[in-house]
Amino acid sequence: MRYFLKYPLNPAETKNLVEIANVDFAYGKRAILKGISLNVPRGKVVAIMGGSGCGKTTLLRLIGGQLTPTSGTLRVDGQNVADLDQAGLYSMRRKMGMLFQFGALFSDLSVFDNVAFQLREHTNLPEKMIADLVHMKLNAVGLRGTANLMPAELSGGMARRVALARAVALDPALVLYDEPFAGLDPISLAVVGQLIRHLNDALGATSILVTHDVMESLQIVDYLYFVSEGKIVGEGTPDEIRASELPFVKQFVHGERDGPVPFHYPAQDYAKQLGLPK
Amino acid sequence: MISLLSKIGGRTIDSVWRIGSIMRFFMLVLANSGTSFSRFGLVRREIFFSGVMSLIIILVSGLFIGMVLGLQGFETLQKYGAEETMGVLVALSLLREMGPVVTALLFASRAGSAITAEIGLMKATEQLKAMDMMAVNPIARVVAPRLWAGIISMPLLAALFSAMGIFGGYLIAVLMVGIDSGVFWSNMEAAVSFRYDVLNGFVKSVVFGVAVSVIATFEGYDCTPTAEGVSAATTRTVVSSALTVLLLDLILTAFMLRGL
Repeated sequence: MRYFLKYPLNPAETKNLVEIANVDFAYGKRAILKGISLNVPRGKVVAIMGGSGCGKTTLLRLIGGQLTPTSGTLRVDGQNVADLDQAGLYSMRRKMGMLFQFGALFSDLSVFDNVAFQLREHTNLPEKMIADLVHMKLNAVGLRGTANLMPAELSGGMARRVALARAVALDPALVLYDEPFAGLDPISLAVVGQLIRHLNDALGATSILVTHDVMESLQIVDYLYFVSEGKIVGEGTPDEIRASELPFVKQFVHGERDGPVPFHYPAQDYAKQLGLPK
Repeated sequence: MISLLSKIGGRTIDSVWRIGSIMRFFMLVLANSGTSFSRFGLVRREIFFSGVMSLIIILVSGLFIGMVLGLQGFETLQKYGAEETMGVLVALSLLREMGPVVTALLFASRAGSAITAEIGLMKATEQLKAMDMMAVNPIARVVAPRLWAGIISMPLLAALFSAMGIFGGYLIAVLMVGIDSGVFWSNMEAAVSFRYDVLNGFVKSVVFGVAVSVIATFEGYDCTPTAEGVSAATTRTVVSSALTVLLLDLILTAFMLRGL
């Protein structure tokens, strides 16, 4: 019996695992991304940060091939994602793992079956070996003891860690994290943060985090990009970002109330609306 | 007046679009049905949830409807001194019409709504997107097994419904009214044709099974991924399935009746 993946990894290697050049994206007439360019080098953990609705999750969807750019090129492992048909896309995604914002665990499957899902779908490994691999992945996130529980029996933080174990079940070359810290208590947040770093280094993978949690990200990532109104407005290593004087980056990192991102949503004149004399 | 016309026109265009979308979806599911047959365990699991779990409601409803048919039939037939043909009346009503139609209506409300809600919630909680990101086609892995489970379950449930209905009619005719058991069964055997009654009823139940399953899976897959969206989709499944089943029944009956 063959114990290999049905689809081998792409042997051709480029320096950057993900290369995004001048990418625009719009939902109908509403422009979401405007000329984004960024690179994600192999083996690094890169964060894409920005406020809610700035287009960072859209960027992640573009990298995963769930959306297609309006213009520009987006290459993953040297392949232009827009050129891929469904078979090519699925072949590319077998090299990827993705952690969804709220885990997106399959609610009708146990924790064990959730982590085993991809191993059963994409490999012809015997059940004994799948069980060993699943227990190893669950052990890595500290939840081997939950194998027989259903997702509904887990807390939010535990569900996120199980989803993390599932995302790395096939030892992916690229792991995408969509808001991995959203809604977590401080302990779970630190645990998930350390796991992201640890798993990335242990697997020799590359990770892209989309998040708005500055403090946690600065501790675990190698490089950060800041997105605002569909454009890259700042980038750098964590040390460079901490010292940055760029208005948006400064407001974001220090959580200032007003700045390039205004406190008030555009509206008519306040006094006029209340009918007050000028 | 113009706005009324444009509203009617708009609604008509929307409806035609929707029917087109459902047909495209059906073709897409058929094209992705390979997994359902190469891994039949996926379909078997869904047959348990939509078929086996619907057994109680189908069997109990079948029994009651058969008994009601027996009572109503007796009331009318005895006026003409034909109460001994009660078995024929019950069997033909059930096999030709009530078995497939009522089973389809019950199946739509019991299993169809559950399928829509399940797929809709999987969509709302990003489970379908997660599956797609894992390079597993959700149409092949989630939708197709549920569709085929519905298509397989429906005729079996309709057969059981009719069998229970005939048993209910038997209870009324033989135990309550006092018709001879041999007369009840032999009249039925003489009047019921396998080709025109049993087989046509079977064809109807398969067609209704396809219709209800396609509507239920489509509504779930197409719903707005919010709590209200899933709720609206579940309602649409029951309403559209009921109307579609009754319309298809009219069309099929018109084709199936001899002498038309």
